[in-house]
Amino acid sequence: MLREIRPAIVLLLALTVITGLIYPLAMTGIAGVIFPKQAQGSLIERDGKVIGSALIGQEFKDDKYFHGRPSATTGPDPAESAKTVSAPYNAANSMGSNLGPTSTALNDRVKEDVQKLKAENPSSPVPVDLVTTSASGLDPDISPEAALFQMPRVAKARNLPEQQVRDLVTRNIQARFLGLLGEPRVNVLALNLALDAASR
Amino acid sequence: MTVIGWFQIILYCAIIVALTKPLGWYMTRVFNGERTVLSPVLRPIEAALYWISGVDERREQHWLTYTIAMLLFHVGGFVIIYGLMRLQALLPFNPAGMSAVAEDLSFNTAISFITNTNWQNYGGESTLSYLTQMVGLTHQNFLSAATGIVLAVALIRGFARASMRTIGNFWVDVTRCTLYILLPICVVYALFLVWQGMPQTLGDYVEATTLEGARQTIAVGPVASQVAIKMLGTNGGGSFNANAAHPFENPTALSNFVQMLSIFVLGAALTNVFGRMVGNQRQGWAVLAVMGVLFIAGVTVAYWAEANGTSTLTSLGLTGGNMEGKEVRFGIVASSLFAVITTAASCGAVNAMHDSFTALGGMIPLINIQLGEIIVGGVGAGMFGMLLFVILAIFVAGLMVGRTPEYVGKKIEAREVKMAMLAILVLPLMILGWTAVAVVLPPAVASMANAGPHGFSEVLYAYSSQAGNNGSAFAGLTGNIPFYNVTGGLAMFVGRFLMIIPAMAIAGSLAEKKSIPPSMGTFPTTGGLFVGLVVGVILIIGGLTFFPALALGPIVEHLAMNAGDLF
Repeated sequence: MLREIRPAIVLLLALTVITGLIYPLAMTGIAGVIFPKQAQGSLIERDGKVIGSALIGQEFKDDKYFHGRPSATTGPDPAESAKTVSAPYNAANSMGSNLGPTSTALNDRVKEDVQKLKAENPSSPVPVDLVTTSASGLDPDISPEAALFQMPRVAKARNLPEQQVRDLVTRNIQARFLGLLGEPRVNVLALNLALDAASR
Repeated sequence: MTVIGWFQIILYCAIIVALTKPLGWYMTRVFNGERTVLSPVLRPIEAALYWISGVDERREQHWLTYTIAMLLFHVGGFVIIYGLMRLQALLPFNPAGMSAVAEDLSFNTAISFITNTNWQNYGGESTLSYLTQMVGLTHQNFLSAATGIVLAVALIRGFARASMRTIGNFWVDVTRCTLYILLPICVVYALFLVWQGMPQTLGDYVEATTLEGARQTIAVGPVASQVAIKMLGTNGGGSFNANAAHPFENPTALSNFVQMLSIFVLGAALTNVFGRMVGNQRQGWAVLAVMGVLFIAGVTVAYWAEANGTSTLTSLGLTGGNMEGKEVRFGIVASSLFAVITTAASCGAVNAMHDSFTALGGMIPLINIQLGEIIVGGVGAGMFGMLLFVILAIFVAGLMVGRTPEYVGKKIEAREVKMAMLAILVLPLMILGWTAVAVVLPPAVASMANAGPHGFSEVLYAYSSQAGNNGSAFAGLTGNIPFYNVTGGLAMFVGRFLMIIPAMAIAGSLAEKKSIPPSMGTFPTTGGLFVGLVVGVILIIGGLTFFPALALGPIVEHLAMNAGDLF
């Protein structure tokens, strides 16, 4: 047994250095050269300022923007830092609602959101992704149906013809990978940036 | 359920089966100590590692020595992680200024990572420094995965060898597994993930001003390098709290598909390693077939349940399935499939919140874990878990015809069956025992996020996941309190090592036995009858053990949901 002590210490430390330091640092170096944009977090700049990441959703409340999905993330209460309060799209604390299928809280929340959306657009069925929180609370996407559902509101708020906004949505639909994997989706931030550019 | 959804599932299974044979061939060469294509580059490093650590690579070990070496290796790993977490505030690579992690959380997390569980009572981006993530977690992801694989190989050698007292050298196996299998795949894999959009940086968290003028702090980090090994090694511990649901930890549908493949690929290949080492690859395919039957059954139920949605959603006229706690880019099918894969293997990474699954959709992951994660399973751990069930099934078959049971040329006798039963009984003891304690203690009950039967499911899932070394969660449960940190740590420890030690004892005793050639009376272990028998034994043992607990949780919740009851 004593002869096993030396490898238990030396081999462990050596493998720790290889897998815990050399490997991640080498990957950081190589990735920074080959894929510098992705390695930094796919950040988007406008007028020289970072406005977010292409992969991370952000909160939109204004009528003239397309809205993302509800988010269950929380953050420290500004008044009392020991407490947490709702802070949608907090990209430093990802989380889902974790509410189960028989939860009263979930039922009430969904019911309220459905009523609000029905008042906004009575003619279309409410898309399920607009009233359910995502797993990360940072979902950057909505379904194409959810984007088209909001189209009349956005067009009205911006005084743009509905057809023009609909075209923008259609152009921003990302199809399934190879027509097969995942689901069709619309990146909300990309769509809103395109919208801002079109309204200028 | 849609056609394109089923097509994704079938494509997934086809690729796994296609990779099993070539990877099994390569892994067999690695563990037989033969030359591989990577030897010109890696052999000098390997030799240097043996030299500095004083390992004689030709000296093999008795099963007891092999097990002791493995345990010592883990003690060291525990000390490193625990130390890093307690001292991270004083150490470099800490741009977000994380403070020291509390004692009980450090204990839980250290156990969690050395046992390949990767239970996340910590929230990655809000608790850990980059140094802790890299040196503590990434390195242990490699080593606990390598340990799992080499223990399976040692057990396989027990079956393959005859009249020998040794089952290999632990140090050589771990080194070769890390250098020749895990590291090369991870280097390529991590770069693929960065290409897909995963961050890999040591820079500060990013401060952004959103389109509407709000401030958003975006956590980044050395993510890709950790995610590659967390999936390949079926560890599952994330850089971020939301794990593989976080857009940075799983940016696209393609990254998701490849992550799912990487969970199963090494575990599936081990069935082929088994076949090759015992001299008949069909033995390996038979084991994989057992796993396949159980897997397809699980996927079907989970996909059906999630696509149907919940009564809350359908009563409001919402179609499109249960999207609460799921991401749009994955949708229903990729989320259900991922949930079944991650719990069939002992991975525990999640791309959707299992807590928000429908009652039956969430029951499948729970059952997968409680059966012992033998459907492909954690790298290595799944293979030896499955072989324990095979031993039992062969024993049952032997009782039926009144012959001493044999498997791949080895007589299965009282000692093997006793050890297999011991290993199999550890899980129910840890899962049901601790759940029973937790639901009568007020502070433990207060941690539940959901009321009614779902709250019970949360606690049952927490101990199943930890005892089974899975690491996924019904994450609503506030697990970061001293009671859960300590009891969960014990469940993980006992669930891992009280399964490993009997399995190694079996390996040692099998290796010493003579090999007997098959005769007319030998039960054939490559056909459909054998597959059916093993599936039956697994379901009967799992069902008898856990059905009462499942009836109190997901099953009663499903009935309540259909009756329109809310809690």
